[in-house]
Amino acid sequence: MAKLTIDGREIDVENGITVLQACEEAGVEIPRFCYHERLSIAGNCRMCLVEMEKAPKPIASCSMPVADGMVIRTNTEMVKKARNGVMEFLLINHPLDCPICDQGGECDLQDQAMAYGFDHSRFVENKRAVSDKYLGPLVETHMTRCIHCTRCIRFSTEVAGVEVLGATGRGENMEVGTYVEAAISSELSANIIDLCPVGALTSKPYAFEARPWELTKTESIDVMDAVGSNIRIDSRGREVMRILPMLNEEVNEEWISDKTRYACDGLARQRLDKPYVKKDGKLRPVSWNEALAAIAERMQDLDGDKLAAIAGDLCDAEAMTALKGLISSMGSTNVDCRQNGAKLQAGLRASYIFNTTIAGIERADACLIIGSNPRIEAPIINARLRKRASAGDFPVGVIGENVDLTYRFQHLGVGASTVKEISEGTHEFFDVLKSAERPMLILGQGALSRPDGEAILASARLIAEDTGMVLGEWNGFNVLHTAASRVAGLDLGLVPGDAGRDVAGILDGAASGEIEFVYLLGADEINMSKLANAFVVYQGHHGDAGAHAADVILPGAAYTEKDGTYVNTEGRVQRGRRATFPPGEAREDWTILRALSDVLGKTLPYDNIGELRAEMVQQAPALGQIDIVSPSSWGDFGVLGEMAEAPFKSPVANFYMTDPISRVSETMAACTEVFVQDGERTGTDG
Amino acid sequence: MKDQTKTFVFDTDSAELVEKHIAKYPDGQKASAVMPLLDIAQRQCGGWLPREAMDHIAGLLDMAPIRVYEVVSFYEMYHDKPRGKHELRVCTTTPCWLRGSTEILMACEKELGCKVGETSEDGIFTLSEFECLGACVNAPIIWVDDDYYEDLDPENTRKLIQALRKGEKPEPGTTVQRHKSAPAGGLTTLTGSGG
Repeated sequence: MAKLTIDGREIDVENGITVLQACEEAGVEIPRFCYHERLSIAGNCRMCLVEMEKAPKPIASCSMPVADGMVIRTNTEMVKKARNGVMEFLLINHPLDCPICDQGGECDLQDQAMAYGFDHSRFVENKRAVSDKYLGPLVETHMTRCIHCTRCIRFSTEVAGVEVLGATGRGENMEVGTYVEAAISSELSANIIDLCPVGALTSKPYAFEARPWELTKTESIDVMDAVGSNIRIDSRGREVMRILPMLNEEVNEEWISDKTRYACDGLARQRLDKPYVKKDGKLRPVSWNEALAAIAERMQDLDGDKLAAIAGDLCDAEAMTALKGLISSMGSTNVDCRQNGAKLQAGLRASYIFNTTIAGIERADACLIIGSNPRIEAPIINARLRKRASAGDFPVGVIGENVDLTYRFQHLGVGASTVKEISEGTHEFFDVLKSAERPMLILGQGALSRPDGEAILASARLIAEDTGMVLGEWNGFNVLHTAASRVAGLDLGLVPGDAGRDVAGILDGAASGEIEFVYLLGADEINMSKLANAFVVYQGHHGDAGAHAADVILPGAAYTEKDGTYVNTEGRVQRGRRATFPPGEAREDWTILRALSDVLGKTLPYDNIGELRAEMVQQAPALGQIDIVSPSSWGDFGVLGEMAEAPFKSPVANFYMTDPISRVSETMAACTEVFVQDGERTGTDG
Repeated sequence: MKDQTKTFVFDTDSAELVEKHIAKYPDGQKASAVMPLLDIAQRQCGGWLPREAMDHIAGLLDMAPIRVYEVVSFYEMYHDKPRGKHELRVCTTTPCWLRGSTEILMACEKELGCKVGETSEDGIFTLSEFECLGACVNAPIIWVDDDYYEDLDPENTRKLIQALRKGEKPEPGTTVQRHKSAPAGGLTTLTGSGG
């Protein structure tokens, strides 16, 4: 510990931190541009100057380590003058274009100029001008505004692991850019917009859309992947204008993926805003009563085993609870939430969650990735893995596709035979895991959603047990999900009951005529052609595959339009909040199911969301613990058996388009064109 | 990269030097060799560094290409665009200026038919202005490629350029009757035979 005196107050702080951090602990705010908690220290903006006793001149507090007995003053005339001077220099070349700058109102330079700026400029020469750079479809640049803090350079190098940004030239001619024109091909690239303290890097899709003070801010949870990133939804009226990250150290720190941030323009396109019923082969808009009556007519007299329901990837736990309640009240056990056919069973929670937790990755000391490409399946988790890998001493082995994960790894094999070798202890990586103190493995959907998924699951369990991954409080067995609804679905037991059919069984049954009625709750990722003979109800928010196959469409709410509970891949229960209202006649999903149950005469036993949640928690006690991940008990799962030779393949072919919202997003389409299709074209089009 | 049709490799002579420089640094610190390697590549490429050369060096040293571009753009003596065959760098700092560097510069511009910062039409010379070259005792100076030509006046500047244009290489150093930087009129002290 070091004892410092800051503005006359004594404070004890840890050794190794900087004066700036010590000042923060003492409750003194230090202005800064280049310093950022999650990036390396650059010390080049000089805004954080403070006075240190016995130092002949002000010191940059962000890069000065604390020492015992330091006397720091932050409120003296000298400090004020020094910062005024720095500000005056920063403003020499900064354009006075705040009225047309998208950063206006949330600009660090603007805010700090209020405190340290001078009311006019003494600089009579020409300001410098810098040509704008092209950084891809997401990041708009106005490089004349750049103050050279280098946060974007450090982020892309350190966190995103895509070293393309740099500072070229020097002195007045220094420019931040890529030198060779190139889009930043990182799934986290847009975070540099948040990091930029000025308006040099702004959001391209959001350019000139709104001012920050016009927006209503709602804290919520993302559903674009199974990470459950904490987000802030900024809306104006009915429209979601943008999505920004919220700080959650345990989950996404302060980053979000580009899909999380930019798929939101899909919320305004191809929405289902009225109920539809198919009459004479054509979908026609009807009233809610007619739509529900049409469903009841077909559903009423059917035997339970002719009914089936599939829950999609974006569903909230409340809607799934209501779906399960409805379908079981009709006497059916044909219900499934695993659209991709993952061979995971409900019941033993440890068998289907990311037990290590995302933050726990930083404590691991060896990692085996099986059948997953975390970079596109969960960029935030990949960033944690990279963070851990950058700290050193973290052997990573990958069985599956050999792609750039932004950190070094050993490519062990492509398919199940390597999994078998490791589980039998004959592969050298077995010893790497065995000798590690806290080894972990990540099992992806690419390995689980195959016919032999159960055998792979069992082999992975053996690896975990034999290499000491499950020991005391440490659990290194992790399933990486790609669907935001999946863990909640498994918690709630949305899997076929006795003699029930899973997704493949439902589809085959529908094709053969054994299943006559299928209820799709936002399920779009299945083979719709098999449903042609069945009566299909699609409840969801976008006119995607499911709606095209439907006989009745019930318009539901997207994730920004409802209060909902989501469980991320760690098993962390989080609450999303409503930011805007659903369009037209669309309703929150659980209320639709509740209304339908009423028409069917099997009224679900809850009238408001509080009662529904009580019921939900009773069915799945885990859902009652908001934002807490408690360790799950270990057990036996998976069924050992033959494993096929086929190589593992990530279920995500195109990171930018994975669900009904991102598929209709114009921004995601632009990204697909630049990053996915261009990538495929390289080398073939000269 | 779509426009990347050419490739770059070090020729045999360069490759030997490259290896020598890389060997100076411990494992994992190869990037330290970036500056000598860029110099070698620039000499091989005729005074400038094409993208392919920078990318090749980045690959050789396990660096991200942008880190190499940063180095190249930072230093005055690396060039990322084609230059003339000879670099004429005229010193214009105070001592040279007092000794007539303005006239030297004018003579250069007139003889080459181009301004400071430009390349002559025949592509043989690139003219630039430099700050103190540190040989003030022999001012004024022009630095041509690796050599200094000293004690210039407009007349012998013209001669120097003409000789270079013809492909000759005049003797570097002073252009007047003088031994290195000893007094121009001969020694004034220590002239005795000793004793």
